[in-house]
Amino acid sequence: MIFAGIDIGSNTAKAALIKDGTLMGTRVMLTGYHHLKAGTRVFGDVLVQAGLSRSDVSAIVSTGYGRASIDFADKAMTEILCHGAGAHFLNPDIRGVIDVGGQDSKAIALDDRGQVDNFAMNDKCAAGTGRFLEVMANALEVSLDRMGEVSLTADKPSKISSICTVFAESEVISMIARQEKRENIIAGIHAAAAARVGILAAKIRIQGPVMMTGGVAKNKGMKAALETQLNQPLIISPHCQETGAIGAAVLASRL
Amino acid sequence: MSDKSSSPLKIKAAKKMRDLMTTYYLEALDAARNHRQVAWITSGGPVEPLVAMDIIPVYPENHGAMIGSAKMGEDLCAKAEDMGYSGDLCAYARSDIACAVVKGGPIGGLPKPDMLICCNNICGTVLKWYEIQARYFQVPLFIFDTPVCHTGYTPEIAAYVQTQVHEYIAFLEQVTGKKMDPDKMNEVGRLSYQGQRLWQQVLNTTARKPSPMSAFDAFFFLALIVTLRGTQVAVDFYKELIDELEQRTRDGIGVVPDETFRLLWDNLPVWHQLKWLSDRFSAHKACLVADTYTSAWCSALKYIDENNFLDSMAEAYTRIYLNIGVDQMAEEVLKMIRFYDVDGLVMHSNRSCKPYSFGQMDIMQIVREKTGIPVLMIEADMVDPRSFSQSQVETRIDAFMEIVKHKAGRS
Repeated sequence: MIFAGIDIGSNTAKAALIKDGTLMGTRVMLTGYHHLKAGTRVFGDVLVQAGLSRSDVSAIVSTGYGRASIDFADKAMTEILCHGAGAHFLNPDIRGVIDVGGQDSKAIALDDRGQVDNFAMNDKCAAGTGRFLEVMANALEVSLDRMGEVSLTADKPSKISSICTVFAESEVISMIARQEKRENIIAGIHAAAAARVGILAAKIRIQGPVMMTGGVAKNKGMKAALETQLNQPLIISPHCQETGAIGAAVLASRL
Repeated sequence: MSDKSSSPLKIKAAKKMRDLMTTYYLEALDAARNHRQVAWITSGGPVEPLVAMDIIPVYPENHGAMIGSAKMGEDLCAKAEDMGYSGDLCAYARSDIACAVVKGGPIGGLPKPDMLICCNNICGTVLKWYEIQARYFQVPLFIFDTPVCHTGYTPEIAAYVQTQVHEYIAFLEQVTGKKMDPDKMNEVGRLSYQGQRLWQQVLNTTARKPSPMSAFDAFFFLALIVTLRGTQVAVDFYKELIDELEQRTRDGIGVVPDETFRLLWDNLPVWHQLKWLSDRFSAHKACLVADTYTSAWCSALKYIDENNFLDSMAEAYTRIYLNIGVDQMAEEVLKMIRFYDVDGLVMHSNRSCKPYSFGQMDIMQIVREKTGIPVLMIEADMVDPRSFSQSQVETRIDAFMEIVKHKAGRS
């Protein structure tokens, strides 16, 4: 039997298909304004990619901020449960998950069966989320994708002391005015964001092995900063960005 | 959310309470015309001597709750910020300070005080807040200082607070120009004790399954034990309420249709989101059966001597929930978890209330270790809606309830 998961995040929409405990395929696209349209398209794309049609799928679970908009899903579940299930599916040894998403970052503790035991999420403030990095990338005129590699060349990471995204941005602008090196500022931004996420991990006393999920996991600089912050290596799957959608498909198979 | 046919029967006493509160506020607003004096007092302050001396007590904090419930907090808080107060200041303080100036809020501001009574058993913010109001209204201020009992009530604390009880009476006698009548004081003390005991009984009814009322109802019915403590009105009302709740239990009426999960709430309510939160939890068949907040108005009963209120009041007002150590607070929370047999704990990390929110992380860990029940922390503010995000809180509640369902093995 084939099961599907659709994850409508604030930035990107993801879809995943699983069959008999193996991953058949995933798709990612920008969410845009219309959640249902994005969900319909990303789901259609992943079906085409796998050479399947709607009727081949036994059950669908939606997740992410737009989860309630996906009216053709059998059930909507929170991204916390889905990232937990997805991480466990990708690596059953995982006991901790750090997900840095577009407007949320979260730390999740899993038990040995992959069930969510506890979680912590950022408060209303955007510091430590993907949005924070996006704002900084704009201010520094670096594409989001290149931030990671640029920061790895830093020789002396700048110190960002503001915890608020807006204040941090003006702090960064004043650093640009002082002609601090771009790579050092970016490394400082990663360290500041990692410190915020580190608080969430500490709140739930996260245990290893820890997997980092979400699109931000592709950012090598952010990974390195978090590893320093958490004092342990992070496991990153090639499917880090689609972990929520994969978890949703796993949970669909248990409906 | 429930459909119409299964929506719970409303608690009838609610209407009567609304009427009583209206009468109370009208009387307070008319005080000057009737040649009566008004004292503003903190929510955990020793009100009984005021009642005994026929002074009308008025509570800026209860007013703050009304402002929050009426969703008028944002404008008033912003006004206080315009006046130069920090956005980090307690939203009750901000809205009260602004309200005094603009006469805003649901009842057009509180009646002008003749005196201010500030007891710091609930927080330290009240000290500066009441000083500001004393300057603004040019009225005398009495500060009743209750040291934090981190480990217990020492003889030094007892002597220190007891001295202030005498100073407090002397202050009231001076401001009113009248002597206190000891018999009247004893009578008010007895009524206060009875009222608090009845309030405890009201809260105890929610240990039944299904719970005849929720913490959201308790947040509402609390108003009388706060504002009319020490009066026959409060005693009579709570007797009626208990009768109604007992009858609901006999009839098997629960406040949440198909109550499946029982939860405990910590910290003040999010006044501007009561209905939304209640609906969110009800949709998961979860009932917030009890809370640490409303029980603060009866938790010191064990220290009160019904027949000698004035001498026992010092200890009762010093050893309230917010004025004890975190270990002891955790112990109280654990007791409530057992008594109300709950499946999870919901903690409101309240931007406004630092003494209540400080220590929550430790209490959370203690609860998780000793009971294994899931604990949810949501960030909000009791009055200022700018510190609250529905979609974020919704995701947390949904995820938390998924864990509660899994752990409780029911769905």
